[in-house]
Amino acid sequence: MTAIRATNLSKRYGATVAVADLSFDVGPGQVTGFLGPNGAGKSTTMRMILGLDHPSGGTALVDGRPYGDWKHPLRKIGALLDAKAVHGGRNARNHLLAIAQSNGIPAARVEEVLELVGLASVARRRIGGFSLGMSQRLGIAAALLGDPEILLFDEPVNGLDPEGILWIRTLMRKLAAEGRTVFVSSHLMSEMAQTADHLVVIGKGTMIADTSVEEFIGRSSQAYVRVRSPRLAEVAELVKVGELHPDHLRVTGVTPLEIGTITARAGLPLEELTLVQPSLEAAYMELTKDSLEFSS
Amino acid sequence: MMNVIRSEWTKIRSVRSTVWTLATTVLLMLGLGILISIATVTNAKGPIAPVSAAGNALSGIQFATVALAALGVIVISSEYRTGAIRVSLMAVPERLKLLTAKIVVFTALTLVVSLVTVTVTVTVGQLIMKVTPFSGDGVPMMVVGAALFLTACGLFGLALGTLIRHTPGAIVSAIALMLIVPGLMSALPGVWGETISDYVTTNAGMQIFVQRENISLGPWAGYGVYLAWVAVVMIAGAVLLRRRDA
Repeated sequence: MTAIRATNLSKRYGATVAVADLSFDVGPGQVTGFLGPNGAGKSTTMRMILGLDHPSGGTALVDGRPYGDWKHPLRKIGALLDAKAVHGGRNARNHLLAIAQSNGIPAARVEEVLELVGLASVARRRIGGFSLGMSQRLGIAAALLGDPEILLFDEPVNGLDPEGILWIRTLMRKLAAEGRTVFVSSHLMSEMAQTADHLVVIGKGTMIADTSVEEFIGRSSQAYVRVRSPRLAEVAELVKVGELHPDHLRVTGVTPLEIGTITARAGLPLEELTLVQPSLEAAYMELTKDSLEFSS
Repeated sequence: MMNVIRSEWTKIRSVRSTVWTLATTVLLMLGLGILISIATVTNAKGPIAPVSAAGNALSGIQFATVALAALGVIVISSEYRTGAIRVSLMAVPERLKLLTAKIVVFTALTLVVSLVTVTVTVTVGQLIMKVTPFSGDGVPMMVVGAALFLTACGLFGLALGTLIRHTPGAIVSAIALMLIVPGLMSALPGVWGETISDYVTTNAGMQIFVQRENISLGPWAGYGVYLAWVAVVMIAGAVLLRRRDA
């Protein structure tokens, strides 16, 4: 099953191209991270999937059909776009009740999701007074109302405290483990490194990578050993392989132990001997550096 | 469709702005009605005709139209202001279905509140003016007509809110189209000027409860013309609602 399928999806605003010819599939049972720098077109893409924005070209399908063709869309796909985009004058319970009623979801489910996200005790409070963390939980409660098999979250951890971030991460993993499709956008690679199994990376509205997290790391930078020494030139000559930088030597394909052994035998002092693991962050920065909307 | 209507009912009943604007409507109608009724009976040199008593009791109606139009605007513009419209459209992707449900719920609520308010105001006013309540030819029709007129004004607000999406802009437009423009049009000279003026929004709509002399439109024809104004704005709003990105 393909939960979400974008085919040549494009969006133009006058002369500005927000999304250009994006094609990707999002499958069930895993968390798919939708990555890109701010302004890359992630939210626009999500709004097109949800039938809110009209594509300039191409299609976005939810389980094989356009979003608008689902009679009760919330029972198929739940989404959280902007947690603060709610009427602040309504209390949490009525907010969720109105959403539930529109899709023929029984009122009892409102109490269930309130319990699930930990807002049962504030169900009768006006949501205008909610903190960002509480609003985020309310938004997730709304997304879960229809017990949907597909979930879509736009930057869900933005502005949350560590406890809230952990809660959302755990929830997304749990939802994926239940066999649901979880499609979550973020501009933070480190965040996705902890949650996602698969990545769809875009920049300036175009596809950069559509791959598993492991492949994504592997594809970019390799692990290397960083060596610093007051007698760096001699070390470089001794090790032979490696790239000499002004203040350090970068060696690939050799372990720190091997380097340490050779230099110890030659009696060369070392200042630093570090195995540098490729981070997802670095891989991401490398891949998206050409596609930042506003480079500093 | 019933699901969406139920949902819209939950929305409209669960915000304070609904309660406040409706309470304002009732207070304006009843308060001004009582004041004018007392003033009338104090200055009256003889018995007051039932129909003119009812007319005096309804003195607050223009202010009430503004309150109801404001509620109509807010019902949809508040969703745009907060961004909640996206949540609504995700739940109900058929946009015209969403708008229809809003219209149904808002019309029902406004009609009931207007009917009750007008009935109470006319009864209280007539009692103050020492007239048997609901006596006099045309008074029941006046009550029903005034309630229908108020409802149409509320719907005008909802239509403008749908079209303009911006609360202050839509409320100012409503006041301009319901109160200012009709007044200005009345100043147009000549026969043609008068005819044009008769067809302008509330000038036409008011025929349903105050039949002015020498006007080319009957009560229902006048009301029909007013509803046509509302419909044109509503249809323009509906077309844009379908087309625009949310």
